[in-house]
Amino acid sequence: MKRVEFLIEWGLFGCALLSIGTTIGIILVLTIETVSFLRQVPIADFLFGTEWTPLFATPRFGVLPLVAGTMLVSAIAMLVALPMGLLSAVYLSEYADERLRRAVKPVLEILAGVPTVVYGYFALLFVTPLLQAVAPTLAGFNALSPGLVMGIMILPLVSSLSEDAMRGVPRGLREGSYALGATKMQTSLRVVVPAAFSGITAAFILAVSRAIGETMIVAIAAGQQPRLTADPRVPVETMTAYIVQVSLGDTPQGTLEYRTIFAVGMLLFIGTFGLNLVSTWLRERYREEYA
Amino acid sequence: MSAALPGIVWRRRADAAFRALALLVLFVALAALGTLIWDIVSDGAGALSWSFITSFSSRRASQAGIWHALTGSVFVILVTTVLAVPVGVAAAIYLEEYGGRSLVARIIELNITNLAAVPSIIYGLLGLGLFVRMMGMGRSILAGAATLALLVLPVVILSTREALRAVPKSLREGSYALGASKWQTIWHQVLPVATPGILTGLILALSRAIGETAPLITIGAVTFITFAPDSIWSPFTVLPIQIFNWVSRPQVEFQAVAAGGILVLVALLLSMNAAAIWLRDRHQKRGTW
Repeated sequence: MKRVEFLIEWGLFGCALLSIGTTIGIILVLTIETVSFLRQVPIADFLFGTEWTPLFATPRFGVLPLVAGTMLVSAIAMLVALPMGLLSAVYLSEYADERLRRAVKPVLEILAGVPTVVYGYFALLFVTPLLQAVAPTLAGFNALSPGLVMGIMILPLVSSLSEDAMRGVPRGLREGSYALGATKMQTSLRVVVPAAFSGITAAFILAVSRAIGETMIVAIAAGQQPRLTADPRVPVETMTAYIVQVSLGDTPQGTLEYRTIFAVGMLLFIGTFGLNLVSTWLRERYREEYA
Repeated sequence: MSAALPGIVWRRRADAAFRALALLVLFVALAALGTLIWDIVSDGAGALSWSFITSFSSRRASQAGIWHALTGSVFVILVTTVLAVPVGVAAAIYLEEYGGRSLVARIIELNITNLAAVPSIIYGLLGLGLFVRMMGMGRSILAGAATLALLVLPVVILSTREALRAVPKSLREGSYALGASKWQTIWHQVLPVATPGILTGLILALSRAIGETAPLITIGAVTFITFAPDSIWSPFTVLPIQIFNWVSRPQVEFQAVAAGGILVLVALLLSMNAAAIWLRDRHQKRGTW
């Protein structure tokens, strides 16, 4: 009996360890291919080069255009998701009554659960033509439309995590503020939001990480032209869209072109994993503050 | 008093304006969802027909169907379920019931939280390197399902832990008092009570997997296929990849077909979510713990 119990516990522990195995697997696979990539391409050329043409006859492997494309689309998405997400969180946490909250939250959950390929369709075939009607210089593939749509997609994440943080702020702080004659707006913006600051920051960082790693919206609507630009009207290519582009092609395994996707993936992983760690750390902190 | 009066009037106005602005933002978000749904229904409703569902892919938009992609999606999700659910539930039981506050358990926890936020395309690269190449599975259903299993594992573990945490301590203590061992308590008392909650989480995790595109493109799921998969070693495609393929074509006729595919995908997702909500409600009615 004791023996069986012991075996079961170790079996369960083994399953839990598999998650560590996943992380190690990701790091190993990316490292092996990235190292053999860097044997052929000097790391300085990769990180600081301004031309990305790995599939050309005279290939250049400067990743900056892909990084710039990723940053541009993510920045547009954040301009939509952060202010709108925070405002809707303030409304849901401080103003809305229980009935409205119950009605709105499932809709936000649906918005977060729509497959990203559907958002890509929406960006390319609805939002881009709509924007072109206003701004005729906008190209058919551009950074603006997928950025805006991505912002809408990430908004529920920002809203729900920020709302959790704000609802964790003790009632007493709000009552103290009201007692001093503050309005709801003043209480929300000067007491609740600062008190929930680390939780809200954690939500913002997680949102940035989501935007950087988002793939299908940009693969469909942003184009496939690596370009070092801050102009949201022209086609760009993000790191994720490049990985998709190569995966769809017939690039033979084991070649240098093929290894580029792992090198780009490594950058993507380091960036997002770092952001996630900071976000988790901040969330732990606010939990402790008012536990 | 006379000095304070204009102050309060101004502040009340600012408060009302702020409230209106926040409500407007919320309304814009909801309107975006409404527009999205309206756009896809108006584009895709015409493409829907019985032959659309039962036909294979075609180079002509008028004859294109989704049978291969629909069966591929269902097949991949079934194998993903078989791979991810036992391991995920077992890991959650360990962390919630055995792990406690030990250092190893805390490291595993931190790792799972971080894995849940790693971009899905990175899992695709892992699947390509590990399953397709090193383990020699090729670009098969098994390789795709194994990749998706690793992708949903953190979500399965996190939601199962929530469900286990909702089971009251007194139930466990009652079982111990009757002389049951730890595993007997978990198996006969805790798991039956937690099952509806666990199932809800599982369905939501799997409905995330069914909409995934990027990791399966990365491991090399084919984009043009004219047969339904018949074993775990078959090459395959899934609905989101087929939709992506149609969206990327320049011909306008394929847009309607893509929208039709989206409608089928969304119908599949909605029915999974409806099942999850039904389970949750049943749980809440019973759950007076």
